[in-house]
Amino acid sequence: MTILSYDSTFEGFLTTVFEIFEFKYQEPQIIKKDDLQRNIFATPVEIVTDITKSDRVIKKLTDQLQNDGVRTLIYAFLSEKVGVEDLLFKVINYAVANKNKNIMKDFSNDAVLQVSQLTKSVGREKHRMEAFIRFELLKDGIYFAKIDPDFDVLTLIMNHFKNRYQDQKWLIYDLRRKYGVFYDLKSVEIVSLDLDVKLIDDKSSSVFSDSEIQYQKLWWEYFDHTNIKERKNTKLHLQHVPKRYWKYLTEKKIF
Amino acid sequence: MNYEKVKEKLEILADAAKYDVSCSSSGGNRKNKNKGLGDSSATGICHTYTEDGRCVSLLKILLTNFCIYDCAYCVTRKSNDIQRAAFTVEEVIDLTINFYRRNYIEGLFLSSGIFKNADYTMERLVRVAKKLRLEHNFNGYIHLKSIPGASDDLMREAGLYADRLSMNLEIPTESGLKLLAPDKNHQDMIKPMGFVKNELIQYKEEKKKFKSTPKFAPAGQSTQVIVGAAQENDFQIIQVADHFYKNFDLKRVYYSGYVPISNDARLPAIGAQVPLVRENRLYQADWLMRFYGFKANEILDKNNPFLDLEVDPKMSWALRNITQFPVIIQNASLEMILRVPGIGVKSAHKIVQSRRFTNLNLDHLKKIGVAVNRARYFISVSNENSHLKFLNALNLKEIILSDTKSKFENPFSNQLSLLNDDSFLR
Repeated sequence: MTILSYDSTFEGFLTTVFEIFEFKYQEPQIIKKDDLQRNIFATPVEIVTDITKSDRVIKKLTDQLQNDGVRTLIYAFLSEKVGVEDLLFKVINYAVANKNKNIMKDFSNDAVLQVSQLTKSVGREKHRMEAFIRFELLKDGIYFAKIDPDFDVLTLIMNHFKNRYQDQKWLIYDLRRKYGVFYDLKSVEIVSLDLDVKLIDDKSSSVFSDSEIQYQKLWWEYFDHTNIKERKNTKLHLQHVPKRYWKYLTEKKIF
Repeated sequence: MNYEKVKEKLEILADAAKYDVSCSSSGGNRKNKNKGLGDSSATGICHTYTEDGRCVSLLKILLTNFCIYDCAYCVTRKSNDIQRAAFTVEEVIDLTINFYRRNYIEGLFLSSGIFKNADYTMERLVRVAKKLRLEHNFNGYIHLKSIPGASDDLMREAGLYADRLSMNLEIPTESGLKLLAPDKNHQDMIKPMGFVKNELIQYKEEKKKFKSTPKFAPAGQSTQVIVGAAQENDFQIIQVADHFYKNFDLKRVYYSGYVPISNDARLPAIGAQVPLVRENRLYQADWLMRFYGFKANEILDKNNPFLDLEVDPKMSWALRNITQFPVIIQNASLEMILRVPGIGVKSAHKIVQSRRFTNLNLDHLKKIGVAVNRARYFISVSNENSHLKFLNALNLKEIILSDTKSKFENPFSNQLSLLNDDSFLR
C-alpha cells in the first residue's frame, strides 16, 4: 500500500491521481495532509499540487464523462467525507478501464452510485444554502449572512448570489471553515477572516442598521400569518426545514 | 415607513391570501441587468416552509381584502364580518424589495379583493409590477392575479411585467359557481385566460423573428380549484384540469382542499376536516397526466368518478390493468417503466441508462431509488422475484396494502372517518 498526501484542494487531488498513474503506485490511499497525524505509522508520499497535471486529468475526464460527470466528481469531493478521495479514485479507475463509455451513467456500479449519492447530498446542501441564507443589514451598509453548512458549498453558491444582488454589498461567512465571500459592488472575492461572531449574534447589537430589526419582525409576522393552522403538519414541516437550519432563519427567531 | 401600521396590514392581508396555494417561483427567466436587483432562478426556490408544510417562495399578499363579491367559499366575501385593510402601492414595493434583499423571498405574488370594478383593481396590480420593474430594476419573480373581467389592454400590460398570471377557477363547474358565487360569471374568468394564452402564442411567433420582443409572462398561467367545497367529483375535476392543460396551455392546476371558513349551509361546516388525502390523490393524478404519459380517461371514468383513497392513482391503474404486467425491466420501453407503481420519473431514466451496463436486479433498483416494496409485484428482473407470484391473486390490493405503509398515519382509521363524513365525497 502507498499512502499519498495532498493539500486538500481539488487540484491537489487530481495531481495525486495523475502521479498514481505516472509512477504506477500500487494500492494507493489518498489522504489530506491535515489528516496525516491521525495515521502515525504512515510514511506518505507528499504530492505537490501541479496545475498542469491536474488540468490534464480534468481534460481527459471531461472528454469521457462530459462536463456533467466532472461536476459530479467535484461536488462529491466537496462533501469532505472521510475516504472520498479513494472513492473518487475508484470511479476514475473504472472510467480508465472503460474507455469511450460514460460510466457515470452506470448506477449499478457501487462506487459510481455512492459518488452520485454524495453529489446529491452536496447539491441539496447548496440548494438549501441558496434558500435558507438570511442577510442582515449592518450599519455600514453590508448585507451579512453567516452559515454553517454540512459540506463546503460556499464556492458553489457564490455565483448565484452574485447574479442576484448586484446593487448591494454582501458578505457570506462560513463559521466552521472560517472563510467568507464578499461582494463590493464590483466583484466577488474569497476572504479569510476570523470574525468575532458574538458581536453579530447580539440582538440588541448596535452593528445593525436602524430598520433591520423592523423588517425582521415584519417577516416573522408574515411567516406566522401565511400558515393555515387547520392544516398543521409538523412532520412535513421538519422534513423540509430540518432543525439544524433553524439557527439562521429569521422566521424561527425569538424576538 | 410606519412599521406598526404596515405590520397590522400585513397580518390581515397575508391571512387573506394564504388560501391561494400556488407559491411556485419557477419558469422565470429574467436576468439581472445593469446592476439591478434580482435574478430569476429557472427552477424556483422555496425559502422556507410554513408549519403546515407548504413552501414559502413569494411574498403572497392581497393588495386589499375589500371586495364587492360575495363568494360563499371565500374568507374575503363582502358579507363576512372581518377586519379590512389595504396596502398602498409604495408599501407593497417596499416590503417586496426589503424582503428580497435579505433573501427571504424569490419575489411577489400579488392578488386582491375586487374593489369598485375589475379594471380598477387590475390597474393597481399592474402598477405595482410596473414600478418594480421600471423604477427599481427588480428582476425577481412576480406573480399577478388576473381579475375576472379585466380588459385586454390591462392583461397585456400585466403580461409585460409579470412572470406568471393566474386566474383561479375555484369552483370548476358552472353550476357550482352559480350556487356558491352568484356574482361571478364563468365567462368573465375564461376570457382573460384565453387572451393570455393567445398572447403567449403570439409572443413565441414574434420572438422567432425579433430577438428584442419584450417578454410576456415567461412562467405562463396557472389556476386553482377548491376541492370539497361544491359537489364536484374527482372525475369532473380531472376533466377540467385536462381541458385547461390542453386548451389553455396552463403550466399548473392547483388543488386546494377546502378549509371551512363559514357557517353557510351550502358548504362543509366550520371544524370539518380538510380533505387532505383527496387533495393529495388529485395531485398524484395531475402528475400522472403531466409527467407519466397517462391520459385523463385512463385515471378515472364516469363509472369510477372518485380516486381510490387507499392507494395512489398509479397503483389503482395497475390493479385495474393487471394484463399489462409484469413489466420486464431489462427491455421494456421507458413509457411502460413509468407506469410501474413505485417507479418515479428519475428512477425510470436511471433504469434505462444503467441497464446498458448490467442486468438489473431488485437490489440495483432499490439502490437507484425505486420503491421496491410496491414495484416488486409488477416487474420481472434478472434475479428471482418471489413477489411476482401474487400478480394474479384476487386479493393483490390487500396484499400490497398490508405490506406498505401510507404516509398518512394510521391510514385505515383516517379513511374511515373520511368516508363516514360524506361532505368530503360530495
